[in-house]
Amino acid sequence: MRKVAVVGAGMTKFMRRAQETGKELAWQAARMALDSCELTLKDVDCVVMGTAPDAFDMIHMKAEYLSDGAGAWRKPYVRGFLGGGTGVFTADQAWYHVASGLFDVCLAVTEEKMSSCLPHPQGAFVTCWDQYTESPLGTSLLWFFAWEMNRYMTMHGITERDIAAVSVKNKKNALDHPCAQLAAEITVDDVMKSEIMAWPVKRLDVSPTSDGAAALVFVSEDVAKRITDKPVWVEGVGWCLDTMYIGQRDLYYPKYVEYAARMAYDMAGIKEPRKEIHIAEPYDPFDYKELHHMEGLLLCDKGEAPRLLADGVTQRTGNLPVCPSGGLLGVGNAIAASGMIKVAELFWQLRGEAGKRQVPGKPQRGVAQAWGDEMQVGTVIVLGV
Amino acid sequence: MTEKIKVWPGTPLSDKDLAAKKVLLTEWHPNLKYAWDTGMGYGRYFAELKKGRIVGTKCNKCRRVLLPARVFCEWCFRTVDEWVYLKDTGIINTFSIAYTGSMAERLKEPVIPALVEIDGSGGVAIMHLISEVDPWKVKIGMKVKAVWKPEQKREGAITDIMYWKPI
Repeated sequence: MRKVAVVGAGMTKFMRRAQETGKELAWQAARMALDSCELTLKDVDCVVMGTAPDAFDMIHMKAEYLSDGAGAWRKPYVRGFLGGGTGVFTADQAWYHVASGLFDVCLAVTEEKMSSCLPHPQGAFVTCWDQYTESPLGTSLLWFFAWEMNRYMTMHGITERDIAAVSVKNKKNALDHPCAQLAAEITVDDVMKSEIMAWPVKRLDVSPTSDGAAALVFVSEDVAKRITDKPVWVEGVGWCLDTMYIGQRDLYYPKYVEYAARMAYDMAGIKEPRKEIHIAEPYDPFDYKELHHMEGLLLCDKGEAPRLLADGVTQRTGNLPVCPSGGLLGVGNAIAASGMIKVAELFWQLRGEAGKRQVPGKPQRGVAQAWGDEMQVGTVIVLGV
Repeated sequence: MTEKIKVWPGTPLSDKDLAAKKVLLTEWHPNLKYAWDTGMGYGRYFAELKKGRIVGTKCNKCRRVLLPARVFCEWCFRTVDEWVYLKDTGIINTFSIAYTGSMAERLKEPVIPALVEIDGSGGVAIMHLISEVDPWKVKIGMKVKAVWKPEQKREGAITDIMYWKPI
């Protein structure tokens, strides 16, 4: 397979409600990504689009609706859809379009507009559950996260306060992100005192719902060498799906994230991720998920992630900065786009262009990961310079 | 690059902007109905619930109990071998004390959704609700028993078990 580089990135602000339509947001991000590497739509051979449930907008074939915003007309076009896992998977998909040798330039666009669904996009998740054995019980998606957080805490003896520190860190990191929706200086006590949504999940443990878009440009090695002196290489990709029967797996550990990470690390030739990964952007729609995913990504032992956090290792200035962007907790959670801004953050960090968010020490390699579908998919990408 | 960009695209709106009708919206209120066939596996699972029994299936190759009952084993990719009746007792694998409903509305009294490992299944859990207990006294590992609807009110649905209570 051919080497593939990321050469451009763009994103919109993340907002509770955007005046722009989904296709306008997609266009803004795609346009910015192309401008950033001085390419035009004419240079683009194919387009991949990542966008999560049609039910948010209640628009059938949503990728087709968004296709003009994504720059897809009269080009090979495909939609990737893995729920919350979509954003990183769209990057993986763009990689294989180019790595395969079929295309030289692939534009990857992700968009989400959650605010169209009233009274709350949570309602669109009702049919996520099994329609026979689960949703008749009056399910809320929050139940799932609460179960997982509770199981994770109980198996390892982790406290709610240990976990709340993730929210404090990420919302603070987001103060330096120009597109952030919920950047704030808060304390562990603020998280603990916030409204109980579904214990142990409290309001400040959760990322917001958002509107927003992000885009990346993937190119073959020869194109990369022609247009930039700072290519960021895709070193590994991986994805894996676990069972839909949640009573059939133990929620305390995301095995499927480990499988996806191993696939990506093998491809990248990474034997010791704890030493060879310099920045991590694990998916953090909830604060406990950052810790859970660090373990799945093999960046620490099971149950050890809270200790790294407490020791300051995962701060932007620590040995292993985790979510230096501010993550979903701080920047926002425009489902498909939120996975892709993690890949974009690695791109900016590895090029030394992250501005106030820049991690010191010239990081050489980073991993980004998203999670979702029916809460049992892991999607991973490793970028390096 | 991020430091070079001064203006990031996107126009945030607030609830006030909507209330003041500063922007135009177009609305749609779908009113669709769906009828889902329960199929071969779940069909019998629900028929047995109506009789007050929990049934799973067993794959003799991997020796797993499949619950809720299915007709094929997804690991071995073969037809299951037998139907097995399970007890209506189990232990709490994990739980939540939920103050939000399915539309994110707030509940005055919390519900206690849980995963219950069914006795005799080898640790396979089903999703259900816990009740008849102070929510803040529920613990992972607690033993529970199903509380069934009266027989004449059962309809062949997961809700034929009203909830599970600690024993």
